[in-house]
Amino acid sequence: MRLDQRLIADMIEPGTRVLDVGSGDGALIDHLFRLRGCDARGIEIDMREVTRSVAHGLPVVHGDADHDLAHYPDDAFDYVVLQRTLQAVERPREVLRQMLRIGRHAIVSFPNFGHWQLRLKLLLSGRMPMTAVWHTQWYETPNIHPCTIRDFLALCTEEGYCVQQWMAVDEEGERAPWRRSIRLANLFGEQALFLLRRKGDCPPDHKIKG
Amino acid sequence: MNSTAPLDVGEHQHASFPDGLDLECGVHLAPLDVAYRTYGQLSTRRDNAIVICHAFTGDQYVADAHPQTGKPGWWVRMVGPGRPIDTNRFFVICMNVLGGCMGSTGPRSLKPACAEGKVERWGTDFPPITIRDMVRAQYKMVRSLGIERLFAVVGGSMGGMQVLEWAVTYPHMMLAAMPIATSPYHSAQNIAFNEVGRQAIFADPDWYGGRYWEHNVVPARGLAVARMMAHITYLSEEALTRKFGRRVRRDPKDAQAPEASLAMFGDVFEVESYLRYQGSAFVQRFDANSYLTITRAMDWFDLAAEHDGELPAAFAGTPVRFCVVSFSSDWLFPTSSARYLVRALNQAAANVSFVEIETDKGHDSFLLDEPDFDRTVRGFLCGVADHAGLA
Repeated sequence: MRLDQRLIADMIEPGTRVLDVGSGDGALIDHLFRLRGCDARGIEIDMREVTRSVAHGLPVVHGDADHDLAHYPDDAFDYVVLQRTLQAVERPREVLRQMLRIGRHAIVSFPNFGHWQLRLKLLLSGRMPMTAVWHTQWYETPNIHPCTIRDFLALCTEEGYCVQQWMAVDEEGERAPWRRSIRLANLFGEQALFLLRRKGDCPPDHKIKG
Repeated sequence: MNSTAPLDVGEHQHASFPDGLDLECGVHLAPLDVAYRTYGQLSTRRDNAIVICHAFTGDQYVADAHPQTGKPGWWVRMVGPGRPIDTNRFFVICMNVLGGCMGSTGPRSLKPACAEGKVERWGTDFPPITIRDMVRAQYKMVRSLGIERLFAVVGGSMGGMQVLEWAVTYPHMMLAAMPIATSPYHSAQNIAFNEVGRQAIFADPDWYGGRYWEHNVVPARGLAVARMMAHITYLSEEALTRKFGRRVRRDPKDAQAPEASLAMFGDVFEVESYLRYQGSAFVQRFDANSYLTITRAMDWFDLAAEHDGELPAAFAGTPVRFCVVSFSSDWLFPTSSARYLVRALNQAAANVSFVEIETDKGHDSFLLDEPDFDRTVRGFLCGVADHAGLA
């Protein structure tokens, strides 16, 4: 299991119902079931990964974030997880809405387009930046909706979501040190990880400023 | 035209229930016979039983030789020691469906309360049955074996319809359900194909209004045509092309006269001769009235009908773990109907897995060599067993 998946697993209470959207090889749901006693299920777009997961006894369905979340009932899950995928969906805002409709919490990770290397490359070369994280040419990339950590926070504010927890994560998935300042995290964090709750589910004095 | 005794059923292992069964149509059918085969050992806790539901023209001989044709069981690839449905671990039960012709009560059976000495068969008088009636007969049989809860119910095509009906009718009777290459309702296209088959049987002069046995014949031509047509729907265009292409048949007796292959009729193309063989082999083992009864049961199948067309309501609160499987080249029960089922299960917040197996072999893929499918069946069952703490 990747290190950032361990960070995600640590956000999830044992014994809860979890839907992992884009479950890949199923490592996270396997971990949540075996070590945390969760009722963990997956949705995956790549049929080979689905077959591999089901052949390992994991409850995974073929589907994708844009089209299949709408079919689940309200409050079906305690957590809905979307790992490194938000930038690749057709309608990120709608996907987030669906996640927080069917789940009480949403856990979202995405690569941060505000990272200093990207800013510098765009500034100096005038071309779409390419890095270890953003490594596909603009005309081939599935990442059609890149955003920065501050962009994401602005969307959460607009939608009224409560940011219960956030952290910057480096490419290896280790928690990065920029936990006080959003601006520093937005400059130095390669990825971001957010734990969201619905509008109205926030503690009264809770506020994070972008 | 067929000199073999058309109604020789032979002896099949079966259980008899003198109290019979109340059918959905209102008729009380008694006595009820259920023919079955079992494989493996029932555990002392009676928690390792798997029911396999056979497809339309299948039977209970899932993993041992068919007594009439001598051919190996229809799913020996899948069921047996060390196979994906491992009989070293699981106790497997397969029953001939109600309305069938391999030992369970059906149109071939004798009517009850005949006048003394007068042997009367049901024939076309056999009451209309439904997929649910079939499942309720199986339930009776399973309970008579002292089994309170099944580990799983597995089946493809019409067998998959029975799996879904099991899950809806007896959700607390099973841990897992594996509906394969199936649909929660029979589509207009499915019904249309069935109707062509039925009309072929009716059009056979040997049909005799369904009482063909009184004339010591069977409507073999009509039944064979029905089978030929249905068989096309079980294959994909790619599979037919791969197997036969446009190849012309070279019969040894025509060797001296190759121009004979330009005949208007007869077995000109290999695909034609293949279908004729399929048709003629079928009439040796299947009863025309069973064909009619079972196709009708399939046509009536619509799980959502009792819930005002709302399929998710049929699965509301289900504790069953589902694994839905479709095959990419199956156009009889296409992936779209599997996806419709999966979405309804999601809407009911059921625990569901869903895979579409990539293959060019069409609807019959579930009976053929598909390693990904084998892995899926084995893995899903093992996963459920782990989950349930099954030894």
